[in-house]
Amino acid sequence: MDIKDIIKPENRVYGKTPLLTDNVMHYCPGCSHGTVHKLIAEVIDEMGIQEQTIGVSPVGCSVFAYNYLDIDWQQAAHGRAPALATATKRLHPEKYVFTYQGDGDLASIGTAEIMHACNRGENIVVIFINNAIYGMTGGQMAPTTLIGMKTATTPYGRDPKLHGNPLKITELIAQLDGTCFVTRQSVHNPGNVRKAKKAIRKAFENSMMDKGTSFVEIVGTCNSGWKLSPVQSNEWMVENMFPKYPLGDIKDI
Amino acid sequence: MAEKILMKGNEAIAHAAIRCGCDGYFGYPITPQSEVMETLMEEKPWETTGMVVLQAESETSSINMLYGGACCAKKVMTSSSSPGISLMCEGISYLAGAELPCLVVNVVRGGPGLGTIQPGQGDYFQAVKGGGHGDYKTIVLAPSSAQEMYDFVDLSFELAFKYRTPAMILADGIVGQMMETVELRPIKPRISNEEIIAKYPWATTGKPQNRKQNVITSLAMDAAVHEKLNQNLQEKYKIMERDEVRFETVNCEDAEHLIIAYGCMARICESTVEQARKEGIKVGLLRPITLFPFPTNEIKRLVPQLKTIMSVELSAGQMVEDIRLAVNGKVPVNFFGRLGGIVPSPEEVLDAFKQSISK
Amino acid sequence: MKEEIIIAGFGGQGVLSMGKILAYSGIMQGQQVTWMPSYGPEMRGGTANVTVILSDSKISSPLLSRFDTAIILNQQSMDKFENSIKPGGLMIYDPNGITRKPVRKDIKIYSIDAVELSNELGNSKAYNMVVLGAFLSKKPIVSMENVIKGLKKSIPERHHHLIPMNEQAIKVGMEKIEEK
Repeated sequence: MDIKDIIKPENRVYGKTPLLTDNVMHYCPGCSHGTVHKLIAEVIDEMGIQEQTIGVSPVGCSVFAYNYLDIDWQQAAHGRAPALATATKRLHPEKYVFTYQGDGDLASIGTAEIMHACNRGENIVVIFINNAIYGMTGGQMAPTTLIGMKTATTPYGRDPKLHGNPLKITELIAQLDGTCFVTRQSVHNPGNVRKAKKAIRKAFENSMMDKGTSFVEIVGTCNSGWKLSPVQSNEWMVENMFPKYPLGDIKDI
Repeated sequence: MAEKILMKGNEAIAHAAIRCGCDGYFGYPITPQSEVMETLMEEKPWETTGMVVLQAESETSSINMLYGGACCAKKVMTSSSSPGISLMCEGISYLAGAELPCLVVNVVRGGPGLGTIQPGQGDYFQAVKGGGHGDYKTIVLAPSSAQEMYDFVDLSFELAFKYRTPAMILADGIVGQMMETVELRPIKPRISNEEIIAKYPWATTGKPQNRKQNVITSLAMDAAVHEKLNQNLQEKYKIMERDEVRFETVNCEDAEHLIIAYGCMARICESTVEQARKEGIKVGLLRPITLFPFPTNEIKRLVPQLKTIMSVELSAGQMVEDIRLAVNGKVPVNFFGRLGGIVPSPEEVLDAFKQSISK
Repeated sequence: MKEEIIIAGFGGQGVLSMGKILAYSGIMQGQQVTWMPSYGPEMRGGTANVTVILSDSKISSPLLSRFDTAIILNQQSMDKFENSIKPGGLMIYDPNGITRKPVRKDIKIYSIDAVELSNELGNSKAYNMVVLGAFLSKKPIVSMENVIKGLKKSIPERHHHLIPMNEQAIKVGMEKIEEK
């Protein structure tokens, strides 16, 4: 068969959403960010809310999220995305407003902002990427780094006596009266990708129902930071990350 | 005639915000300016103009809420006092870098550290030289009455949007706590989302099919792009220095000596000048209203007729440095200041002034 | 006309609100006014004072070191402000709690037992209005009509039924002031 016959529209089984730009992603091969970006883009596209959506990007690897999702973006100072989203949603209740934050941004420097935005029950969506490491600055310890895990600032492994304990911030968030939907997902295989997308869609839908904050954690990989291949990273995540950060809905009101 | 109401400077800020079409206030309590948010909460503007008022969890969060609101080209503001403003400086730098308009009110108290809740002017450097990291400035207006506290809210928003820059009202505990008559200005309605889209095409209002995405950031990884961004900022500051200098002079026509003071100290020095004139001393008062841009040219213009200049501040001597830069050694520039929240009386300033001119 | 007044006493005596009513009365009389409180962490029981200036012309400094009138309502304020009164000026004080009487000979000194007088009126909260009446009897810088208008402006509407009682308290203060 000729190539021209193969690429006929009726033969098309998958198409990239136009919400994803053609910019080449700066993420390392195997990184979870690209998959999660695609899921958010698809949800916005499928819901038909491009014009009603405002994203807030963090500091960290996903600072450049605005290069890949073709929507209006605000790029926040480190950890402060929930504050920006709070004001934006309150000034524009008719918009879908979401933050996209990593573990350093959300669970370390921005702890106060995320706690209080969720506790006030801001009608926003929070996408939280937890890969247990600081990617952009070069693989330092994150608040979610596991005990014993080697990073640039824990070269002998994370020792709780020296470096404190891994922070299960999503479980803390679920305790807050302002949250309506708190879930932990992953994108390491097709089944989980589908589940994660469903969770993201639900979170976006919630934000117009005046129910409070929807919080979606994605346990992801950072194979560069973990110094493993993409395949090994997925295996390591299943074996080590999931026992500490188990998948599933923590709260769904 | 418009109604005249007796109110504190801090209350005037709140009433002015509601009446000039402010979209959102985000703040955190700190003495001596808590009346601003208290008045807003009492007035419930969300039921009338639709203005959002939110008590944030910290000053850090407040300033970043301003960043979010300003990205949408909404008229957003906060108020705080010295230690709180220090916390906000990171955010102000981001707002300046991303070229976002907003209003920050600093009702200054004494520092450093937790300092005192009594009045101070020790935040002059922080206000006029930037405050946070990087090469940026904010427009700084220094009110000396409750009426100016009121009027400068609208003026600050006008300037902030004209130049896409943060504007600051640098007040002090006296101007904030003092009650005077305030004439309420006509109400300006909040501008609609449609008007914002037409007037401010850069704002993050949601991307329609027919325009490119709007991204607000202060980040530029490309050195050439980043240099250009900085050069644009500096260009803007030059235009402000040319077009936006505001000041007031009292008894300067025949003055041989000049006292320069701003905010509450200008009020006190006005009494000093009245008393000195009664004693036959030809002294005038220059009150900078904008501290950035600074009235450098007006000082230069007055220098040929002057024998001395004295800067009077509630600090260890900050504005005096900008005066010396303007004067460039042509006449002696003296300084008198009190610290720790102590506010000198007009007589104390007069004694210091007379001593300075007899040297 | 320019009248520079300090009112000083304990927080809770109505020092700040007396100053506010006086300032509002001045506005009603067409005068320029400033009202500058001491402010601090003290709430009830701490010392409080307010500088009120009423003037026919623009007021420059809202803070002063010398006053035409000092209204003194506790010993600490007596110690602090007796010597701040301009020669020929006026002092009005409440003798309750005053352990050291004023000694100045170059000023006019009056006392008003506002605690007892307001209790006799059946409302201890009218204390500051008795004091205000005493002041106005010696310095009639604002008319009674404008004081009532000032009261209406500075008291929330839900308390406007108390205005006749306040007016009565002012009149009692005007009558019962004693020269010392």
